[in-house]
Amino acid sequence: MASTTNSQMFHKTFVRESPVRQRVMGAFFLLLALAIWFFFARSVDGGAISSFGLSTFQAKTQLDPWELPTLNTLYVLAIVCAVFGGIQLSRGFKKYTNAVLAVVVAIFVFGFLVWATAGKSLNLVGLFNTTLSKAVPITLGALSGILCERSGVVNIAIEGMMLSGAMVSALVGSLTQNAWVGLLCAVLTGALLAWVHGVFSIKYKTNQIISGTVINIFATGLTSYISAKFMQVYPALNNPPTFGAIAIPLLADIPVIGEIFFVNNLFVFAMFIFIIILQIALFQTRWGLRVRAVGEHPKAADTLGIDVFKTRYTSVILGGMMAGFAGAYFTLGSAGRFDEVMTAGRGFIGLAAMIFGNWIPTGGFAAGLLFGFADGLASRMAILGITIPSQFLLMLPYIATMIVLAGVIGKGHVPAADGIPYEKE
Amino acid sequence: MTSNSEEPKKPGVGQIFLEELNNQFKPPKKDDKKKGVASQTLLIPLLAVITGLIIGGIFIILTTEQVYAAFGQSFGAGLAAAWDAVSKAYSGLFTGAFGDPARMIAALQSGDSLQIRRAFNPILESLVTSTPYIFAGLAVALGFRAGVFNIGAEGQIFIGAITATFVGYSVTGLPGIIHVPLALLAGAAGGAMWGFIPGWLKAKTGGHEVINTIMMNYIAFRLSDFLLTGPMKRPGSFNPVSPEILPSAWLPRFFPDPIRFHLGFFIALGIAYLVYWYLFKTTWGFELRTVGTNPNAAKYAGMNVTKNIVLAMSLSGALAGLAGANEVLGVNRNLAMAFSSGYGFDSIALALLGNNHPLGVVLASLLFGTLRSGATRMQLTAGIPNDIISILQAVILAFIAAPAIIRTIYRLRKPTVEEAGVTIRGWGG
Repeated sequence: MASTTNSQMFHKTFVRESPVRQRVMGAFFLLLALAIWFFFARSVDGGAISSFGLSTFQAKTQLDPWELPTLNTLYVLAIVCAVFGGIQLSRGFKKYTNAVLAVVVAIFVFGFLVWATAGKSLNLVGLFNTTLSKAVPITLGALSGILCERSGVVNIAIEGMMLSGAMVSALVGSLTQNAWVGLLCAVLTGALLAWVHGVFSIKYKTNQIISGTVINIFATGLTSYISAKFMQVYPALNNPPTFGAIAIPLLADIPVIGEIFFVNNLFVFAMFIFIIILQIALFQTRWGLRVRAVGEHPKAADTLGIDVFKTRYTSVILGGMMAGFAGAYFTLGSAGRFDEVMTAGRGFIGLAAMIFGNWIPTGGFAAGLLFGFADGLASRMAILGITIPSQFLLMLPYIATMIVLAGVIGKGHVPAADGIPYEKE
Repeated sequence: MTSNSEEPKKPGVGQIFLEELNNQFKPPKKDDKKKGVASQTLLIPLLAVITGLIIGGIFIILTTEQVYAAFGQSFGAGLAAAWDAVSKAYSGLFTGAFGDPARMIAALQSGDSLQIRRAFNPILESLVTSTPYIFAGLAVALGFRAGVFNIGAEGQIFIGAITATFVGYSVTGLPGIIHVPLALLAGAAGGAMWGFIPGWLKAKTGGHEVINTIMMNYIAFRLSDFLLTGPMKRPGSFNPVSPEILPSAWLPRFFPDPIRFHLGFFIALGIAYLVYWYLFKTTWGFELRTVGTNPNAAKYAGMNVTKNIVLAMSLSGALAGLAGANEVLGVNRNLAMAFSSGYGFDSIALALLGNNHPLGVVLASLLFGTLRSGATRMQLTAGIPNDIISILQAVILAFIAAPAIIRTIYRLRKPTVEEAGVTIRGWGG
């Protein structure tokens, strides 16, 4: 199985195991432990209880909220972080450092939640539901980016493709009063724009970032134009049917998990399916190997008889379809109408999620969840009465992306020929 | 990592230097090969603009209901309706941008100063709209010259506007001659800081500036959202808007209301000349451009690539920050959320349309500013949403970025000398 070994080699991350990094990480873990104690534990009442709701009012079986004594929980979390820090400083977790880093950060976030809900209650199911639905367009955007960039074409036009998909799906959905037709047209719109991107960047060898910018400006102009000229004038043109939530029989009745994962609309389920398909397709199939070969070393791929241009066109158009699908989420899966520039930069954040996720579909999903979680939490900060401005919380994912990009967490694996047009000799 | 054998051959530092000497001492006109390039560098943008306007016209026809109705009656009526729609739109665009000649003459004859000001306002308003474009376009162009893609002008504009606004309303008791430059400098410094971070990250860690500047954009939006709803909020106001900037920090306007034409336009022209001088007449500029064309050659020639990348991003950010400062000090006189209307992304189009040359950027900015300004009137008179300008911009930019398309349409010959492209690499390199 040559392809499996190759695939493992391709997406292996190169973790720096330098002593400096070990010490910095250890100090960082200790710092988080200290922060839990200093900022959270010290400001909490001794008898306060943090209550986490585990079911929404729609659930069949109502669960009792999960109640934690705030102060003691915070002490435990701080100690766990400190122990991790101690081990990291003395022995080091070697190649597991990043995994431990994720755990420690998760503990810190949980500590934050426990502190924030001291004496109040927070519905965890609601929070995770928001996280998941906010993660949908970002993850799909990341998948779109992965498809393009694994084949060596940089696509910063995801935003524009999403926006066009959103507009077209609302327009066609309203005209036909059929959400499926709207969805199909959104996907086709994404494909069309991606084809244009392909012609520019593969055929004419234009700078791919500029080509992407062209599509973004064009899509912003076009969607706002159609919206202002028609959709705002005739409200019937901006009234598409939407995809409602579907409960998967049996699975939906599982407590907590059922409500979070199995009562969702089409887009959430589709996201999971796409992640799995793309993960397998990229790393376990001949097609995926070819795409990656074209993205890593097009000349070698060409020598071996792979049609570089065709592979790139296919990947870019598939990526465009994914972005168009993501666009339909905004109108058919969420708002039920189109508003000007309603994607609000989700395409760019999807691009960031792609980088964060190291050009791997599951990684992109994890990053999408991170962004979604920040979004979901920020919207609940006011309810919980937290004095930290939510804007700073919302900044964190962007800062985290920059840190990841800077290689602090380890050098990411960028497809080697990413952004370089291929010249056939 | 990227193997260099795949990339097209870059000119060495010596070669660049020799070409530079050629340009200095030999006027390009005498060089036949150069002449072909020079004429096409002017011809292609021109044709791109014309083609863009034609495509925009087709687009207007396609989206006008009356045209379809008229075509239903007869072919001739359809053509007439199509012509009518386009001419109405573009004449609205023209009078919106330059003013109505008949009205100007009537106003001059009447001698009423308010009438005259109103009649001549459109053309001056176009200059007002062009001013931030000049700054932002210069910002992106300077980055391109150094081989960095500053896609984050939007965020830098925001930060520049924030810092300039802050200095504008919080520092009291200064005369205008000090307060205005101080506020402008604050804007430039804010933008420079926002450009410095991605530049430093690029130079030190290789983190690609495109992603980092996009991230910095969103951080800037969140930051301004926080500041305008919190510390910088106007006391007593329910809207996220800053306090009014003190009159001593206003960029002086040359005419009474309603003409908003202000000093910023001339500052922009002055800065454009400075950028030209810096890029083409100084050793620093030569280094910057060499780093942009061929970082390896620059390194072997003993130039500090890191320093130049950081410097270029900071300067680029400073210019973008000036765009923001110029808008708040000259036009808005306060800072509200959503004050920058896409200058950041438009500026990429400007830089490329102007071939990354300060003079070209100024001309391109005048064009786009005029189009934008005129589009507001077109929206009123012809009912064409001003977003059509974005479509025009995209089409024009597409043709500039892929000149092969324009050459195919107009059957131009490929220039014998390779034209200077933009050297931006993907995330990897």
